Formats: sequence, structure tokens, C-alpha cells
Amino acid sequence: MIKLGKKDILGIQEMTTDEISLILETAESFLEISTREIKKVPTLRGKSVINLFYEASTRTRTSFEIAGKRLSADTINISASTSSVVKGETLLDTARTLEAMNPDIIVLRHSAAGAPHLLARMVSQSIINAGDGAHEHPSQALLDMMTIKEKKGRIAGLKVAIVGDILHSRVARSNIYGLTKMGARVVVAGPATMMPRDIERMGVKAYTKIEEAIADADVVMMLRIQMERQKQNVFPSLREYAQHYCLSRRHMKLTGLDAIVMHPGPINRGVEISPDIADDPACSVILDQVNKGVAVRMAMLYLLSGGNE
Amino acid sequence: MDNRPKIVMDSDGIERCLTRIAYEILEKNKGMDNLALVGIRTGGIYLAQRLQKRISTIENGKIPMGILDVTLYRDDIAKSGKKAPLGKTDIPFDLTDKKVILVDDVLFTGRTIRAAMDALIDFGRPKMIQLAVLIDRGHRELPIRADYVGKNLPSSLWEAISVHLLEKNGKDEVIIEEGT
Repeated sequence: MIKLGKKDILGIQEMTTDEISLILETAESFLEISTREIKKVPTLRGKSVINLFYEASTRTRTSFEIAGKRLSADTINISASTSSVVKGETLLDTARTLEAMNPDIIVLRHSAAGAPHLLARMVSQSIINAGDGAHEHPSQALLDMMTIKEKKGRIAGLKVAIVGDILHSRVARSNIYGLTKMGARVVVAGPATMMPRDIERMGVKAYTKIEEAIADADVVMMLRIQMERQKQNVFPSLREYAQHYCLSRRHMKLTGLDAIVMHPGPINRGVEISPDIADDPACSVILDQVNKGVAVRMAMLYLLSGGNE
Repeated sequence: MDNRPKIVMDSDGIERCLTRIAYEILEKNKGMDNLALVGIRTGGIYLAQRLQKRISTIENGKIPMGILDVTLYRDDIAKSGKKAPLGKTDIPFDLTDKKVILVDDVLFTGRTIRAAMDALIDFGRPKMIQLAVLIDRGHRELPIRADYVGKNLPSSLWEAISVHLLEKNGKDEVIIEEGT
């Protein structure tokens, strides 16, 4: 018998390779359910999952909601803009109020790093981190690893280039933790103003030029420019950023053979990635990522529910 | 008392049972029209494959076969934090109006079969579901019975019955031993 040895899924950093593999393998078995005519299994009947989102989100929230519904859980969405948060309620008070209604799992997205960790200590429910500030986004990294594993047959030994705003990206951080644990070689590239100073301590090689990072890469992962997190101006203009870092056709000659291109979405077309690459089925796996997202989140909900034996 | 594992069926015994069941399936259904086999993970898969091979030799044709993992349909999943590893379900044909033969190695409480029937019905509306098992050990907790039985093996609740198959254990045999 198998067991995920935790109450919560807060980040890839504290996960073992066994736990990552368990989630990925379980997710593979869940893929088939979304291809059925009746896309539902009765596994989590009577369980409730609350999606508590303090930041805007379409794909992550929808993906968690669909994942819950396909497992027959009751899913409830709360977004900060339409809840008592606008009346000034704190995160902890909101969480305690929800706890009193006995949900089983709370999926939390918050702009503050560590918010899900705080919640996990304060309430008895399982907490899933759906993105906390610039810290971690574990479900995104898991679906990215699942996509890589499916397209490339493995993760260990691959060269993965992550390009863009590394500083503000929780997707980059979770992927660096996960991919290096699973044995991939990770390099990052981005403007110096978007590169954390100590990034190489995470076990990756950092470049400022995209051409250097993507040389012979098996996987090129482009990051979104996060307008909402740009408090200080870290680059002069979007146009100048695009001139240096927008992945286009000419870059695909530098990568390894049959390299795949990933993007966590939503895409700023022509800024991070040129439309002809984003829409090219020969290299772009962006929609595969979305498809895997539902299966990965089903696996996370499934493995976290159950008794405490 | 003798506590050593006892072999209750050897390789030849298993082969003969499967051959008989294949003929029984064809007799009861008057041929192989509209038949389909679905093996329950993991032992049932190999038994279903062997039945499929026998039926195609006897009738000179092929019937479709699928694989079912019933984990997501179990009634004890919410109670336990521990779970059996989830395997893939693969039913590569339309079940609707088919006569489906569910195949499993051991029939015990009947709860697995209940879960399997619920799962099958999510895939379509079979004309009929029949059940073939290698061993029926009794102790049913649900009103379920098998249509084809390799061997009835009355057992005590504390005994463990294991079906070992060449494909996964390297050897064909059915053993019974004192449970731990």
C-alpha cells in the first residue's frame, strides 16, 4: 500500500523524489477519466474542496474545480474580490470561518509567500498551495514534469532552460526544485534585473542571454512577464524585453533536436513567445500542459483525502 | 497443526480450469458474437488474456478485451489514508450492447465486483455482465455470484488465498496459508 506522508502539499522544496513520482504516476492513471463520455468517478463523494483565491486566476482555479468535480467532490470557489475579504477580514479569520463549516481540503492562492504554510499550521484541513507570492506553485511544476515525462520519456538527464522573469516567478522556483530533484540539468536566463542574486545556489546555471541558455536544451520553458508584480521598473519597455527574450523561430535552431516549448500561461503573445512558435504543434506543448493540469490536480486531491491511519 | 502454505492448484490445474471456462462462456453465450472480456487489475488481466487466446483458438476469431482498475470505485477509500497504487483503466471499445465477461482471480466478499460493475456502467450500457473467477472462496457480503468458477475453495476468514500467475509471479499456482 502507498501513502503520501503529509497532510498538506505546500511546495516542491519539501517533497521527496518518491512523493513526486507517486503524484506523477497517479496522475497518469487519472488522464483516462477526462477522455470518457461520463467524466466522473465517485471517489471523493461527500468531500468538500474550497478554492480560496486571493489573486486572479482562470486556469489554475478552473483546473482545480474540474479536478474536484471529476472526483465527485463538492467544490466551492471563493475569490477575494467577492467575499468578506473586501470588508477587511484577515486570512486567518476567513480560514477559521471556513474551517467551522468542515470542508476537507482548502486550495489557497495568495499574494504573500508563506500564506498556505501559515494556514496549514492553524487549521486541521489539508491545504494545497495553488501559488503563494513569488515562492512556489507546486501543481504547476508537477504538471510541467508530467508533460516533460510524457513528451521526452524521462526527466533525468534532460537539459531544461527556464527563460524570463526568474525573480518574480513561483513557477520557476517550483520547477527548479522539482526538476533538479528528478535529475534534470536546469539553466535559467533573463535580464539581470529579473535574476535573483543567489539563484545559482539552487543548483542551476544562470545566463543573461537566451541564446546561451537554450543551446542544446531539450525543454525550453518560457515565463510570463508579471505586470502585476512589477512594482519598480525592471526593464525599459515591453518592446525592448521582446527584442532580447522573445522566443522565436530563429531560436529553435539552437536548441536540441525535437526540443519542446512550454509556457505556464497566460501568454503575452509577441512578448515572451512569438505566435508562430506558441501555435506550432511540432514544438509547443502549451495545451498539453493545461490538459495534464487536471489529471495532476485530481491526483493531489485524491492522495490527500482519506483518513489518518 | 501444519502452518505451511499449501498448494491447492498447480499450473496444469489452472490451465484446465481456464480451458473449461472458455468452453462454458461460448456454450452459454452461443458463440462469441458481441462478447467482450474485461480483466480486473492485476490478476484478472492475465486470466482475461488467457481466456481471450483460448476463445480465439476455439472460434477462430478475436473478441475485444479491456482492463479495469476499480480503486476509484471502492467503498473503503475514504476510510483509509493508505491506498493501493492506482493503475490505468483501458477499455478500448464501446461497451454498449456488449455481453461483458468480468474476469478476476479470487471472488471473496463481492465488494470488488460491485465496484467493477459500477465502473463498467460509467463506460456505457452493456447488454449483460457476467462474472468469471478462478477461485470462489465464499464469505460474500453482497448478493453477487459468479457465472463461471474455476474452483470452489471453502476457506476460513483467517486464511489467505493467493493466485500466482506466470505473467507476474513467474509461476502458476494457487496457494492457501494461515493469515498473519
